Amino acid sequence: MFLYLVKRLGLGALIIVVAVVMLYGMIHAVPGDPASIILGPKATPELRAALHARMGLDDPFPVQVARFLANVLRGDLGTDVFSDRPVAEMVFDQLPHTLALIVTAIVWAMALGIPLGCYSALHRNTAIDRITGVLSVGCIAIPSFLVALYALLVFAVGLRWLPAIGAGEPGDLASQARHLVLPAFAVGLGWVGYIARLVRASMLETLGENHVRTARAFGLPERVVITRYVLRIAILPTITVIGIGIGYLLSSAVFIEVVFARPGIGKLIIDSVTTRNYPIVMGSVLVSTVLFVVSTTLSDLVNALLDPRIRSGL
Amino acid sequence: MTTAAAERGRVAAGLRDGLARLVREPLGLAGLVIVAVIVASAVLADLVVPYDPIAINVRERIEAPSLAHPLGTDQLGRDTLSRVIMGGRVALHVALVSIGSALAVGLVLGMIAGFGPRWLDNALILGFDTVRSFPTVMFALAVVALVGPSLNTVILVIVVTSIPIYARVVRTQTLSLKGREFILAERAMGASGARILTLHVLPNVIGPLLILASMDIPGVIAFEAGLSFLGLGVKPPTPSWGSILNDGLALIRNTPG
Repeated sequence: MFLYLVKRLGLGALIIVVAVVMLYGMIHAVPGDPASIILGPKATPELRAALHARMGLDDPFPVQVARFLANVLRGDLGTDVFSDRPVAEMVFDQLPHTLALIVTAIVWAMALGIPLGCYSALHRNTAIDRITGVLSVGCIAIPSFLVALYALLVFAVGLRWLPAIGAGEPGDLASQARHLVLPAFAVGLGWVGYIARLVRASMLETLGENHVRTARAFGLPERVVITRYVLRIAILPTITVIGIGIGYLLSSAVFIEVVFARPGIGKLIIDSVTTRNYPIVMGSVLVSTVLFVVSTTLSDLVNALLDPRIRSGL
Repeated sequence: MTTAAAERGRVAAGLRDGLARLVREPLGLAGLVIVAVIVASAVLADLVVPYDPIAINVRERIEAPSLAHPLGTDQLGRDTLSRVIMGGRVALHVALVSIGSALAVGLVLGMIAGFGPRWLDNALILGFDTVRSFPTVMFALAVVALVGPSLNTVILVIVVTSIPIYARVVRTQTLSLKGREFILAERAMGASGARILTLHVLPNVIGPLLILASMDIPGVIAFEAGLSFLGLGVKPPTPSWGSILNDGLALIRNTPG
């Protein structure tokens, strides 16, 4: 297990390093000069040269990458060209909003999806199982920004039950919670269906295992068999999928934050993309990538801990 | 009966069988009909659109659905139905071009990784895993920030992020085929690596790959719509399902009716 842990963590770190190099290399791969992209077409040669020197673009490429990597390791993601604020500070200001959205979304999706999946598996091929099946697939198929638009139209514009934009007053938890309802609904809806299908499938598989038959033969009450012996195993794939799903959740958070004009890392990136503020884009992409790599590594480790067969795979 | 005719007969029987199964499965049939209608309307878009999708008519702006405009009009008085039909063309174009290219590159890289030396395999796998470690939309935004928004940027991003998925599948399949007897026999007869890959490995890996790719098409369409929705995909006035939605979001409080 220890060897696996070291190898898996090493791989995670290596992937992050290669990702940083790739992101940094992308600036140099595209034709044109990053300084003139940032400064616009009207920049004077002196301005361009000054920015070049400030961004260290005159050094050879490997030196630049090494310096950038060293800075990232120290938590320095560079400075915003326009406001002169450190990029790391701007990104970490926005990150809590996005994390709140993602966590709320996945929690409500699990709270509804797991019982639905269990019910479907235990009442297989009944009308309710069929209906949840069709609804689940439907929910998975709808892009989250479409759900967001309709939620906005119905609950915020039509019925006026919930606020439409922003993240609520800072410090006022009730208002922040009200502002979180619709975005979290939009991000999580597809996941409800997905988790329900996943739990159903792995429940059905586990129900057929020998240890379940043994537990039943011992005369344990059905409720105990299901919760202690079936669900505990059937939940494992869901944990893996959620670990990998952080990437998708981050992606859909971008859309949702735009639709609801919510502060967050996605909104920050979109605003920076339109002004071509590359340091901020790179900083936020980097932070979200690290978040994603960490969560997939964690879910791999959890799985290896629970299932010894995986450890030999790497 | 010659073998060619027998082959044709078998294919026809297989098709008949598939169709019969489809008719018995009402959900599958409904899906087929819906997809066929959308694809047909996109392919024949020039013939079926009731109005020019980019013709501005300010006098009839943001109208509710009516007989003349079944889906109403947008903020510039353009017919929404025509724009939706034309948008299907963009969606299909992006899906087919990007999945097709990603499939071709992924196939080659995957076979190289599976068949080539160990160090090359490891290097390629590290590359694939790194590309997959970017959240897709975040990666797309980074690329758009650099090269600017356009349809080709969207296609480029989809190709780059899909290659690792296909390549990994092909690699695993190639690895498992590599040790099989018929490959060994080919080698014993002195066949070159290229011959083994194209004539013997390729036909065996392409089936599952095509299924995987066809299941990715909806995701790619949603992705293109998403980027266009953010204003980072197709440029106006070209209609795309995403940019139509974004026009709607801007006017969501002016909903007619």
